[in-house]
Amino acid sequence: MCLEPARLSHSLHITLCPSLSISLFLSLSLSLSLSLSLSLSLSLSLWLSDYPHIGYDLDGKKIFKPIRNKDELDEFLDKMENPDYWRTIHDKMTGTDVCLSDEQVDLVHRLQQGKFGDVNFNEYEPAIDFFSNEVMIHPVTNRPADKRSFIPSLIEKEKVGKLVHAIKMGWIKPRRPKETAPQYYDLWAKEDPNAILGRHKMHIPAPKMRLPGHEESYNPPPEYLLTDEERQVWEQQDPDERKLSFLPQKYLSLRAVPAFSRFIQERFERCLDLYLCPRQRKMRVNVNPEDLIPKLPRPRDLQPFPTLQSLVYHGHSSLIRSISISPSGQWLVSGSDDCTVRFWEVCTTRCLKTMEVGGPVKSVAWNPAPSISLVAVSYGENVILVNPGLGDRLICSATDQLISSYEEPEEVKDQQVQWAVPEGKAQEQGQRLILTHPKAVKQVSWHGRGDYLACVMPDDGSSLQVVIHQVSRRRTQNPFHRNKGAVQCVSFHPSRPYFLVATQRYVRVYNLIKQELTKKLMANCKWISSMAVHPGGDNVICGSYDCRLAWFDLDLSTKPYKVLRHHKKALRGVAYHKHYPLFASGSDDGTVIVCHGMVYNDLLQNPLIVPVKVLKGHIITHDLGVLDVAFHPTQPWVFSSGADGTVRLFT
Amino acid sequence: MGGLQKKKYESGSATNYISRNKARKKLSLSLADFRRLCILKGIYPHEPKHKKKVNKGSTAQRTFYLLKDIRFLMHEPIVGKFREYKIFVRKLRKAYGKAEWGTAEKLRGNKPGYKLDHIIKERYPTFIDALRDVDDALSMCFLFSTFPRTGKCHVQTIELCRRLSVEWMNYIITLRSLRKVFLSIKGIYYQAEVLGQIITWLVPYQFAHDHPTDVDYRVMATFTELYTTLLGFINFRLYQTLNLVYPPKVTHSQPAVMLHFDLLSEFGFYCSLLSLSKLSALSASLVRVVSTAEAEEAELDHFPAEGEDGEKLAERLKARQDQDRQEKLFEGLKFFLNREVPRESLAFVLRCFGAQVSWDKSLCIGSTYDVTDETITHHVVDRPSLEKQYINRYYVQPQWVYDCVNARMLLPVEDYFVGVTLPPHLSPFVEEKEGDYVPPEKLKLLALQKGERPEEEEDNDDSEEEEDEDQSDDEDELKGMEEKQASSVKVTPGEAKPVNRQRAEQEAKAEEKRLAVMMMKKRDKYLYDKIMFGKKRSVREANKMSAKRKALDEASKANKKKKLKK
Repeated sequence: MCLEPARLSHSLHITLCPSLSISLFLSLSLSLSLSLSLSLSLSLSLWLSDYPHIGYDLDGKKIFKPIRNKDELDEFLDKMENPDYWRTIHDKMTGTDVCLSDEQVDLVHRLQQGKFGDVNFNEYEPAIDFFSNEVMIHPVTNRPADKRSFIPSLIEKEKVGKLVHAIKMGWIKPRRPKETAPQYYDLWAKEDPNAILGRHKMHIPAPKMRLPGHEESYNPPPEYLLTDEERQVWEQQDPDERKLSFLPQKYLSLRAVPAFSRFIQERFERCLDLYLCPRQRKMRVNVNPEDLIPKLPRPRDLQPFPTLQSLVYHGHSSLIRSISISPSGQWLVSGSDDCTVRFWEVCTTRCLKTMEVGGPVKSVAWNPAPSISLVAVSYGENVILVNPGLGDRLICSATDQLISSYEEPEEVKDQQVQWAVPEGKAQEQGQRLILTHPKAVKQVSWHGRGDYLACVMPDDGSSLQVVIHQVSRRRTQNPFHRNKGAVQCVSFHPSRPYFLVATQRYVRVYNLIKQELTKKLMANCKWISSMAVHPGGDNVICGSYDCRLAWFDLDLSTKPYKVLRHHKKALRGVAYHKHYPLFASGSDDGTVIVCHGMVYNDLLQNPLIVPVKVLKGHIITHDLGVLDVAFHPTQPWVFSSGADGTVRLFT
Repeated sequence: MGGLQKKKYESGSATNYISRNKARKKLSLSLADFRRLCILKGIYPHEPKHKKKVNKGSTAQRTFYLLKDIRFLMHEPIVGKFREYKIFVRKLRKAYGKAEWGTAEKLRGNKPGYKLDHIIKERYPTFIDALRDVDDALSMCFLFSTFPRTGKCHVQTIELCRRLSVEWMNYIITLRSLRKVFLSIKGIYYQAEVLGQIITWLVPYQFAHDHPTDVDYRVMATFTELYTTLLGFINFRLYQTLNLVYPPKVTHSQPAVMLHFDLLSEFGFYCSLLSLSKLSALSASLVRVVSTAEAEEAELDHFPAEGEDGEKLAERLKARQDQDRQEKLFEGLKFFLNREVPRESLAFVLRCFGAQVSWDKSLCIGSTYDVTDETITHHVVDRPSLEKQYINRYYVQPQWVYDCVNARMLLPVEDYFVGVTLPPHLSPFVEEKEGDYVPPEKLKLLALQKGERPEEEEDNDDSEEEEDEDQSDDEDELKGMEEKQASSVKVTPGEAKPVNRQRAEQEAKAEEKRLAVMMMKKRDKYLYDKIMFGKKRSVREANKMSAKRKALDEASKANKKKKLKK
């Protein structure tokens, strides 16, 4: 029912439609054509400017331009003569000239001045306020109020009803008042010390803050204040390096103390420490330093040993590289860089004999056999055997005889070393044999019997570094086909047919009879300088340029039994005493250290090594101190030769 | 052959540690939340023994935590609260973004919070544990209570800190357990002994803070959150042990002024504020739960502890007596504080040792008597001179109070009179060991404590002696000249050099020791050298200090002499 009128009206509209649409169409087309003609004529005037016509009329015929025969001259004349020339405009569309009326000229002027075109238009009309504060008798709009504004809202009623119901049912409760102040109670009322969580057993409590010292006082004793230099140092230091984190200051009264500017920072740093620092339990070593010192037998109980410098042997003008004592202990021989060899009487410090040789003396060695009076002296490439002619005459003459009784064998071998007998002055001085080597000889060392003499010619990698001479047969042997490393020194074993060769880092012990390597001792040092063999034959000491002295026990191991680092500088010479349990080492720091080194016959007992005396006396010259040490064969006396050109005897 | 191939970093120390970032991811917390959690739970990083192994071969700098610690954190209910808070913030931001003010208001009303009670209980299973760690808490609370009420942190936090610190001070006053006080340039250090625990805290001077920019206040606030909870529980427990009412109230046995305030305090708003300010005046004693008789202290019996002989017992008893005497140091003395002295600190210290103390009425509430009171014995002044002086009281500078406390005796007041140059204020925390430098003032103090009177320095005598010496020197010289003239050619019999046996023995011993030191093992030698180096350094420093002091003393003496001559 409801829908029908609408449908009817719809149909009606449709029926009416054709006539209406037509009339509309007509009016539309009319207006269209008008506007079209205008626009067309405008556009045509542009493109037809080169043509004689200006357009087309309704019949489609051309409309021709009015004939215009004005040239420039006419134009000029017109300009001069026509008083209305200034208000004449050429209409391009029609091609005619139009003269503007007075009103039109006025309009143009007004427009040019930016005024309204209409003369009567007033732009400053008074404004009329429609919605003013004044209450008017008539309303602005007279629309009646809605009905719904008089009727209570159903939706709201429903909502309120729901809320009321929820409140009645206890579903909605008023908001709980917020607890603002923290509530405290007895938290530890039931404390159980065993109820500690696993993690807290391992817990390390934070260390407490350090308590302040006197320097932090506002009025410290004056010595705690920093002087100007100390303050400068403090200011230049890195904040982490500073011993005090603040500058101590003194105020005359409490009133004058200002706020500490870094207070909050320090508290903050403490906070950072508490939660960012790893914690660790560190055991502090609480040792009495006296307990660390080993308990050694008192040196007084280990006497005798040399304690005092008693004699000084002056005479040499340059450093004394080597000394040696006669087996009787009565004479001393020293070889120096001033190209002399001096023979001294031990007890009187008298120089009995001075022998000049052709170069700085590297090494001297007194023949250890008591029945032979012979000294080997090495200088340059030569080794000379000297009969000093001191002591028992019988022995001296026997020695001379021994040397002269040599008979040349029938077949002469080619030797690397020339044996020669000196003549003339040299012979008178006591020189008995001259051995010329191919290279410079550094060290000479006698065998215990006194017949064999070993010479060292250090040269890295060469096969000819060590030669052994037999004096009685004037024969020379080269025991090694090749040597490993540069040989530093050699020594014969005192009791067994062993031969010890020290290279830079190792000591090799060769068996001369079996002709094989028996042992290689590792010295654990950089460069061996000297070596000595214990008269018992089981122990060897090595001095090295890196301040160490290594004691080897040949029976125990190839590693040092003990390494002593007593000297401050390089060791130059070491020596064992023949009878007493003593050994000594001389060093560049100018001291001779005498140690008690007791070797027991019982193999199970380790040797006892105790330093007993530091002997000082030599003056350090050119950074060199003591160059050689030697013990007296019978007495507990030690001789040392130094770079200051003296030999000193300590008793 | 056979068996599974072992892979690197799958067992051993590499699995015991976890880097910070991984731990954070494992707990799914932001870095800030992780940091807060670590602070609250007391988890700190660990330094692995072999860092490279733990770091899986890399040498990059990383912070490591024990994996067990992180697992322990995973069970923490507060982690859930942190997440809730995160969601709350998100919702709030959304509500603000949509301009839903009602929702925002509702959300703010339901802001999730958390309590730290269980964490305190877990971290400090016993009360003594908590007391042991209260140093930092106190220092922090005292610092926060001096912060301005605007800006850096919540006003509630500041007020809570103030309340807790005032409560603590009142407790210390009631217990009379303050032991040492030290005025440093940083602030005032207090040391108290509570239940056998030595507790030290630092209070800044009352000045506005120059807030630094390189400090993260969030970290400080998290610590404060923990510390206020801890201190609150500790205060509660301590008040309980002394039968005091908590929250504390002041007694009504004070003059009418106090009564007036109490009437006012009926009106709820003023209640907390006023009571706090009255408390902070520190001049009144606190209300007890059970009103006890004055002489409640029963005579304690003394039993020797295990393995303690008579001597030690006597020593202990003596120490106890000393302490009792110290607690009653200012008993019976009446102090008046001038307005320029630090009122709170002095009132606290004086009340801790049984003195009566008051101040100007306009300065702070809680003043009990006026300047004009004739019974006042000491007037604490910190200005160069005072116009009106009463004849029957001492005018002393504040340092006297602190020095007396540290010396455990009433020092002579002459050195501390108004306008007098003060003697140095020494730290009571330094206990000099043998060989350390001891300032001469400390020696003087020790002598005073033993009961010796200090001897007056008599400069005149010294100078006379010097003159005498000069004269005798001259005579010697004259004699020498005469002898020289007479004996220019003479041969005198030689004299036997006296052999100093003692010295020779000492030398021999020193040499013996030197030789034994040479024979030390390398490891022992290293340690020995280190110890000896440290010893030598401390000796050197002590010598340097005493030399400095000597020079300064001489300079000042010379100055004095010059002045006298003029």
